[in-house]
Amino acid sequence: MSNESNYNTSLRESATFDRATMAEIRRAANTGIYDIRGFGAKRKVPHFDDLLFLGASMSRYPLEGYRETCNTSVVLGDRFAKNPIKLDIPVTIAGMSFGALSANAKEALGRGASIAGTSTTTGDGGMTPEERGQSKKLVYQYLPSRYGMNPDDLRKADAIEVVLGQGAKPGGGGMLLGQKITDRVAQMRNLPKGIDQRSACRHPDWTGPDDLAIKIQELREITDWQVPIYIKVGATRTYYDVKLAVKAGADVIVVDGMQGGTAATQDVFIEHVGIPTLAAIPQAVQALQEMGMHRKVQLIVSGGIRNGADVAKCMALGADAVAIGTAALVALGCNDPKWEEDYQKIGSAAGFYDDYQEGKDPAGISTQDPELMKRLDPVAGGNRLANYLRVLTLEAQTLARACGKNDLRNLEPEDLVALNVEAAAMARVPLAGTNWIPGQQY
Amino acid sequence: MKTFDLATSSIRELNQALHAQQTSLTEKEWRVTNSKGDHNIAVGLDADLQVDIHGHAGYFCAGMNKTASVTVHGNAGQGLAENMMSGVVRVKGDASQAAGATAQGGLLVIEGNAGARCGISMKGVDIVVKGSVGHMSCFMGQSGSLVVCGDAGEALGDSLYEVHIYVKGEVKSLGADCIQKEMRPEHLEELSGLLAKAGVDEDPASFKRYGSARQLYTFKVDNASAY
Repeated sequence: MSNESNYNTSLRESATFDRATMAEIRRAANTGIYDIRGFGAKRKVPHFDDLLFLGASMSRYPLEGYRETCNTSVVLGDRFAKNPIKLDIPVTIAGMSFGALSANAKEALGRGASIAGTSTTTGDGGMTPEERGQSKKLVYQYLPSRYGMNPDDLRKADAIEVVLGQGAKPGGGGMLLGQKITDRVAQMRNLPKGIDQRSACRHPDWTGPDDLAIKIQELREITDWQVPIYIKVGATRTYYDVKLAVKAGADVIVVDGMQGGTAATQDVFIEHVGIPTLAAIPQAVQALQEMGMHRKVQLIVSGGIRNGADVAKCMALGADAVAIGTAALVALGCNDPKWEEDYQKIGSAAGFYDDYQEGKDPAGISTQDPELMKRLDPVAGGNRLANYLRVLTLEAQTLARACGKNDLRNLEPEDLVALNVEAAAMARVPLAGTNWIPGQQY
Repeated sequence: MKTFDLATSSIRELNQALHAQQTSLTEKEWRVTNSKGDHNIAVGLDADLQVDIHGHAGYFCAGMNKTASVTVHGNAGQGLAENMMSGVVRVKGDASQAAGATAQGGLLVIEGNAGARCGISMKGVDIVVKGSVGHMSCFMGQSGSLVVCGDAGEALGDSLYEVHIYVKGEVKSLGADCIQKEMRPEHLEELSGLLAKAGVDEDPASFKRYGSARQLYTFKVDNASAY
């Protein structure tokens, strides 16, 4: 009998009930509760890989790599604030909470961002001295939970980000499970140690955009109009959300797409709520342009940014800067194969670990375990992050020069084409080799 | 006493003048006139000031107060003393919804009634309401105390953590995981102290105590119907 005849052609995995789906059904049947995990969406959705740059040839004139300058700096929040934020590179670190992340991880993020000349952002749980101490520019998030909210910290911030939603879970609140609530986390959040902490899904003291305008005024009054006010929204009804945020008085809008990460939430939320980052940018830009506020109210885009090409594509679509979360954690060492043995001990594998809520992260990043935390050296981690940020910037500059641009913000939708109809429709750029933008009239 | 007339000066000018006292306290007593429901009056104070606001206040009056003593001789709008850290805020009239939201310390006294969600997500403040409070008061309250001398609306203490709630009048309904609890001597003592601090003449023995059943502190599938 040949090997070929031994092959059982009935072993065909169902596309509908694949192994991951069946495993989840079994897990649900055993436990009676939905799956909670960290990380971002794992399903494939139209993404920046579905776009290509049109480098210069005849009709455009390229710039010389490494010889001709390409500006990467950006000023954020110069609409009302006395002290806008000036970044050397248009890549910032997204808000991630102390509690979800270790103090060492927060410090490393601050160190890396500062070396690279950019800002980092607090999160649910308040501002730690480690983070403030190591972050030359720190954005303080004003979240629905108001965990650790303190006017002294507010006045120490370089900008305030009012968080209305997160790309991984628009409409949902946070979940920090009891196993990560150490004495320090409990003290900062004013809750008993060891119990699940639910971060509210909505702000407790205002209920709509008109109220938000007054809230923003309050924050400006408290900080004497010194620092910019950002508004962060999860990407869903982005066009309307951006218009309302501008009307409410935001200096900067942060749009977080569905590929954005989270410390912990329901898997069904991560995979089934929100729209891809790629689809959100043109909506946001359209809203800003219609209001005559594009480039006046700056746009930061986050959610699944991985490399300089993603950065450049966001900017070509109209963003002023991008923010990274998951990628920054990977740069610090999250899911590093050097911890493979330990990942396997907790039923995972390097590259697959997403149970941040359990507090057992072998890399010492999404944990409060003092022994695991020691595995992340904040100085070395900061240097790794700084290197990564430099690479993102260099890559984006390379692509911009190839398109003939001496400033990353001079990239434009005309520099892009799409590989498929879906991406063309969402990004509002032509299908490659055609002048057809799906949904647009000619 | 320094008088600040909001008919001729702006909120910005008022707050800037009050904030200037943080670095150099030159004027302890302030009188604000013609407030006419303006928003964000006396927010972000951080000095040992006595601020008397004559007229009604709009949203977020005395927001994030530290140390100062602020009195509104009128009614106050939404988010009164939100996220207060310390000091005293007193309203002679009624307060709108979300009074004392997320407040972390200090004392908030409302001599009239308070609207819905009074003490929402409170994190250490003490709130004394001489009148009644609206629905969903103390929703997700974490710590501190809420004293209600009148009645409480629907879903009092929904999803409560460790706030102590004392109500003299009727409670329309309790929220998820909120139960009536025994009033022990230490609670009578705490309540007496709060009433005295607030300058409210009530008999502590006439109040009932409510608190968290602590059934929803960690998710258990058997409690799923409670969510």
